[in-house]
Amino acid sequence: LSVLLQQIINGVSLGSIYALVALGYTMVYGVLRLINFAHGDIYMLGAYVGYFMARFMRGHVINPVLDTLIVMVTSMLVCALIGFLIERLAYRPVRHASRLTMLIVAIGVSLLIENLSQIVFGADPKFFPQLIPEKAWHFWNVTLNNQQAVVFGVAVALMLLLHFFVYRTRTGKAMRAVAFNLDAARLMGINPGAIIAMTFALGSALAAAGGILVSINIPGIDPLMGVMTGLKAFVAAVLGGIGNIFGAVLGGLILGLAEVMVAGYGSSTYRDAIAFLILIAILLFKPEGILGRGQVEKV
Amino acid sequence: MGKSFFAKSRVVGPVFGACLTVTFAFALLACQKKEVSPTAATEILIGEYGSMSGATATFGQSSHMGSMLAIDSINARGGVLGKKLRIISEDDQGKPEEAITVITKLINKDRVSAILGEFASSNSLAGGPVCQKAGIPMLTPGSTNPKVTEIGNFIFRACFIDPFQGTVMAKFTANSLKLNQVAILRDIKSDYSVGLADYFIKSFTAMGGQIVADESYSAGDKDFSAQLTSLKSKNPEAIFVPGYYTEVGLLVRQARKLGITVPLLGGDGWDSEKLWEIGGEALNGCFFSNHYSVDDPSPVIQGFVAKFKARYDGKVPDAIAALGFDAAMILADAIQRAGNTNPDSIRMALAATQSFPGVTGVISLDIDRNAIKSAVVLEIRDGKNVFKGSIDP
Repeated sequence: LSVLLQQIINGVSLGSIYALVALGYTMVYGVLRLINFAHGDIYMLGAYVGYFMARFMRGHVINPVLDTLIVMVTSMLVCALIGFLIERLAYRPVRHASRLTMLIVAIGVSLLIENLSQIVFGADPKFFPQLIPEKAWHFWNVTLNNQQAVVFGVAVALMLLLHFFVYRTRTGKAMRAVAFNLDAARLMGINPGAIIAMTFALGSALAAAGGILVSINIPGIDPLMGVMTGLKAFVAAVLGGIGNIFGAVLGGLILGLAEVMVAGYGSSTYRDAIAFLILIAILLFKPEGILGRGQVEKV
Repeated sequence: MGKSFFAKSRVVGPVFGACLTVTFAFALLACQKKEVSPTAATEILIGEYGSMSGATATFGQSSHMGSMLAIDSINARGGVLGKKLRIISEDDQGKPEEAITVITKLINKDRVSAILGEFASSNSLAGGPVCQKAGIPMLTPGSTNPKVTEIGNFIFRACFIDPFQGTVMAKFTANSLKLNQVAILRDIKSDYSVGLADYFIKSFTAMGGQIVADESYSAGDKDFSAQLTSLKSKNPEAIFVPGYYTEVGLLVRQARKLGITVPLLGGDGWDSEKLWEIGGEALNGCFFSNHYSVDDPSPVIQGFVAKFKARYDGKVPDAIAALGFDAAMILADAIQRAGNTNPDSIRMALAATQSFPGVTGVISLDIDRNAIKSAVVLEIRDGKNVFKGSIDP
C-alpha cells in the first residue's frame, strides 16, 4: 500500500505541472479557438529565464523562499511579455485568416523558438541551480519531500488565483464574454484585442511558472524540454474539456497519475503511448472532454 | 562510446561556416604536404579520421592527441621498418557522410597503408565499409558498438565491446562489493544500455546473484520517480543503471530524494564532467566501469600520463586519448611484424595481435577482431573518479 501511496504522490506532483501548462492551452483556445503550439516552448523559456535569474542571484542569497519568489515572478513577467509579443507579431496579423493559417503560424512560432533557443542557449542540457534546500519527510514508508510539496502548493495557489481572476473580476468577466462571443462582446464595449493579448500574457506566465516548478524538482533543462510536456499538457486540456479551466486541472492530474501508474506497475516504454492513447480514446468517445460542454460548431 | 549524436537537431549556421573554413585549411595543408612528399620510400603513411570540429569535437581532438604522441615516440625510436611513420589526419566534423568523403580521399589520393578512427560508433559504421571495400585495414580506437567489426575482416578495434562492460560490473558487484540482490534500470531506447543490462544479468545470475527487478526508462525522460518507487519496494542492494550521464545525473538525484541509499552502478556512458554537475553529492559512493583510470598506479599508465602532460601543457589525458594512443601503438606494432606495408599483410599482422601491453590494458585481438582486455572500475567521490581496481575478461 505504501508503494501505491508513493506513486500517487509522484503522480500528483507530475500532474500538477501538466495542469499548469494545460491552463494556458485552454485559456487561449477558449478565447481564440486556437491551439497555441508555441505554449510548450514558453514553458521552456520560463525555465531558462529562471535558470539565468537564479545563477545571477546565487551571489546574494537572501532566503530560499524569497529567492524562489523573485526568480519565479521575474520569469513569469518575462514570459508574459514574450507571450504578448508573440500574439502581437505572429497571431494578430492572421487573426481573420482561416483557422488553418493560424495553426500553421503557431507551429512555425514553436519551431522558431526551439531552434533559436538551441543557438542562444546551446543544445546541451543545463543544470538548474537548487533554489530550495532539500528536506524529506518519511511516514509509513512513504517519502514526501519539500520540493514536491512546494510544487504542488504553488500550482494549486496559482490555479485558485486564476479562478478568482476569471470569475470574480471585471477583466475576467470580459475574458469570458470574449470567449462566449467575440463580436457581441465588442458591441458591449469590450476591447477584444486587449483581452486576447492579456489572455496570452496570463497563459504564458502560468507556463513559465510550470517551467520553474519542474526545474525545482527535476533540475535538468534543455531547449527541447517543452515539446513533450507541451504535447502532454495539450492532451490534458483536451481530456478535461478544452476551454474549461477546471477541466484542464482535472485532465492534468489524471494524465500525471496514469503515466506514473503505467511506468510503476507496467512498463515505462508504454508511458507516452498511454498519454496519447487517452487522447485518441477521448476524441472517439467524448470529443468535448470530461467537463467540456458539447457545442454546435458555428459556421 | 556508442551514443548517437544525431538524435537532436543541431545548430548549423555559424558552426558550418567554421567547419568549412577548417576543412579548406586542412585541404590546403594536405595539398601542400602532398607536393613535398614524394618521400613515400622513407615514410609510411597512416590515415586518421575523426571529429576535429562539430558537436563531438572533443572525441576527435583527444584521440588525435593520443595518436600523435604515439607516432612521435615511435619515430623517436627510429620508426618502423627503418621508415618514419606519418599520420595524415582528416576532419569528418562528426558526420557519417563526411567520414565517407574523407576516407575515400585518404585511400585514393594519399594512398595510406592503414587507417585509424573513428571514435563514435555511428561514424565508424559509415567509414568502415569504405575501408573494407578498398581492402585497407581500419583500426578504431573507441567504437564499442559490436556491429562495427562485423563490417568485415579489415575492421579492427582497440577497445572492448559494449556487452563486456555488463560482465565487468557483474563481476565487480558479486566479487568486490559482495552483493547478491541487484535491480536493473535500463535505457530502453539505447542499444548500448540494453546490451550492458542483458550481459550484466547473464553474468550476475551465473555467479549466483539475484535480479530483484528489471525496469526501464527512455532516453530524454526527466521523471523517474515511478520506476524508482517500484524498485525501492523490492529492496535491492544496488541498482545497475547503464545509461548516459544526462539521465543518470537526474535519476540518481531522484533516487536519493525517494530515500534510496544503495549504490548505483553504470558503464562508460557515465564518463563526463557533466555527470557531477547534474547529479552532485547524490553520486557519492556510486561506481562505473571505464577504459582506463588516470589514478591507476601501474607504471605503463603513469608513464603515459607524464608524457602526455609534458607534451600538451599539463593536460590530463582522458580515456579517449589513451585509446587513441593505444590504437596507434598497436598499428605500428602490426606493421613492424608484417615486415612490409602491403595492406593485406598489415591486416594479418593486426589480427595476430596478442598480449600487447597498452595503456588501457593488455590487449589481444580475438577472432572477431575485437580487443580482449581488462576494464577499470571507478568510484565517484566528491566529484572525483577514484580508481577501485581493474577487472580482467
